[in-house]
Amino acid sequence: MTQLNIPDEDYMYPGHVGCPGCGAAIAMKFALKAMGARTIVVIPACCWGVMAGQYPQSSLKVPILQTAFATAGATASGLRAALDMQGDTETTVMAWAGDGGTFDIGIQALSGAVERNEDFVYACYDNEAYMNTGVQRSSATPFGTRTTTTPGEGWKKSRKKNMVEILAAHRIPYAATASIAFPEDMIRKFDKARQMKGGTRFLHVFASCPTGWRVPSELSVKIARLAVQTNIFPLYEVENGVNYTLNYRGDRPAADYMKVQGRFKHLSDADFLKIQQMVDEDWQLLLRKVTHFSGN
Amino acid sequence: MRTVLEGSHAVSEAVRLARVQVMSAYPITPQTHIVEALSEYCAAGTMDARFICVESEHSAMAAVIGASSGGVRTFTATSSQGLALMHELLHWASAARLPIVMAEVNRALAPGWNIWMDQTDSLAQRDTGWIQLYCEDGQEVFDTTLQAFRLAESVNLPVMVVLDAFFLSHTFEPVDVPDQETVDRFLPAFSPRISLDLSNPCAFGQMAGPAVYMEMRHDIQKAMQQVPARFEHIETEYAALFNRRYGPVEPVRCDDAEIIMVVTGTAASTCRQVISELRRQGEKVGMLKLRMFRPFPTDLIRRILGPARKVAVVDRNFSFGASGIFAQEIRAALCNRDGHPPVFGYIAGLGGRDVPPETLAQIYRMAKDSDGPEQESVWVGLRD
Repeated sequence: MTQLNIPDEDYMYPGHVGCPGCGAAIAMKFALKAMGARTIVVIPACCWGVMAGQYPQSSLKVPILQTAFATAGATASGLRAALDMQGDTETTVMAWAGDGGTFDIGIQALSGAVERNEDFVYACYDNEAYMNTGVQRSSATPFGTRTTTTPGEGWKKSRKKNMVEILAAHRIPYAATASIAFPEDMIRKFDKARQMKGGTRFLHVFASCPTGWRVPSELSVKIARLAVQTNIFPLYEVENGVNYTLNYRGDRPAADYMKVQGRFKHLSDADFLKIQQMVDEDWQLLLRKVTHFSGN
Repeated sequence: MRTVLEGSHAVSEAVRLARVQVMSAYPITPQTHIVEALSEYCAAGTMDARFICVESEHSAMAAVIGASSGGVRTFTATSSQGLALMHELLHWASAARLPIVMAEVNRALAPGWNIWMDQTDSLAQRDTGWIQLYCEDGQEVFDTTLQAFRLAESVNLPVMVVLDAFFLSHTFEPVDVPDQETVDRFLPAFSPRISLDLSNPCAFGQMAGPAVYMEMRHDIQKAMQQVPARFEHIETEYAALFNRRYGPVEPVRCDDAEIIMVVTGTAASTCRQVISELRRQGEKVGMLKLRMFRPFPTDLIRRILGPARKVAVVDRNFSFGASGIFAQEIRAALCNRDGHPPVFGYIAGLGGRDVPPETLAQIYRMAKDSDGPEQESVWVGLRD
């Protein structure tokens, strides 16, 4: 059995309203272990907007500022400025948004904040659809997925946006992927991000959603692990938009990951072949940029 | 110090003296001179503040919401399309009870593209829970901006200081700009009633279900209801230091007036001249300048307009499918008053079209010569 080396202290109370097996809940727990008490979390509309708690309760031990859907990047910028003007250079502002609030409605504010190199950590917990409103597609939804707005034969025929690449093109100081199935790696990256003050740090966290992906809740972490092991969600870091470090090399076929999920069960063998080709192509593109390897 | 300032700079001077700490804005004509001046102050160190150059007005309001929640004095400015784009967050700022101050330059909404004077933009936001104050000249813009910070912080509601595009924003007038020390006596350092606090971690903006939401909304209205008394106190303090006072409304020769014209913004300035001239001709006319629009000064409207024979409202705005907006609100205020005058609504000066003295005099004649309002709004000076 593997011994995991992660901090004991939790900044999240038990008893939140997330679904059984919610990857986003696991993600927040690990993230806050790394971020610590001197953190203010900015949360736009998303599942965590509900999981944060109903007035007059809060599910976190750190302050929360909920904000409108499109605004995480801008609100965090303003909050950072306020703290700086009051001489507080210790507190970290962490924007915590879903894929909708990051890839779609929130992309403008995020891009603007990164272009200005605003000093905060931005974490996107990606469950690959607008889950809070009932599983509608986002631009983070992978090719091949059925959602409520890509139903039946209208399953999603466009590729998932690559947010890390988009932000790397902004020359963001630090952008990395992370996964709830690799807690040490994830906590290491959040801790690294926390310490890299002075600019924007982006973490793209793979947060499985048993409810939206039609997967038994007890497979939540296993699914997240398979995504990495099949190279569908590679673990890597990019510094200053140009230095790529790969953290893990996977070697399993995409079908291992996809065939156990209800959201992909309509796909044919030909579809799986095409998807494998796309995964391989993206993997080769990534490998060409990698200069360091830090993993298995 | 008496100096000649463009209306935009009357705003920026007040913001500088108010010791605002975080500003964020997106440029839009004719607000640009305000934000450019503030950017210069930050770059030169004249203001000890951060100016965040965001990528849209929606983000500008989000940034000041974030900053205000973090406990500092904040400011933004916009106009027209930018204000419209902020709409969602205007509701957010007031319900979050943040004392944000914003200069809003009244400009027409597109399409067609029109950068000139029109009030529909700010009036279309009248339900968002922002205090709204309409200014007549550069001095008033300066004074109102300073007062806005005191007022906002007194009731924890955001305040919109409204000025006419070009007629006010880009017109140079003499403005008395006081020294920092005296302004500090009027406006002390910001002491937030609520802000994010690591020593007492709380969550702002949580879900608020049917059992609690209605009381939160009622609290906003209760704060609005405190505004008239608080504002009067603030203006008294202001007058003691700076010798100027405006009130939520300004009646001019209304006591014995048979017809009272209601005007706002720079049109009020023109109207003073028209009233004088009409009075010289023996007309029993008066004018009511409306300055505070939210909260709506219902009691004052009933008291001052109630006894008149007719009321003629000049709207440089319109609510399609209904009428001019000031006229609408005045009718609403008067309807429950026993015995009230008919309200004649006139639409003039949209999209920067000038409202010269002749137009106001024409409006007076039209009201005088009509037995009763034939339409809710009469559009004045339309080209065929």
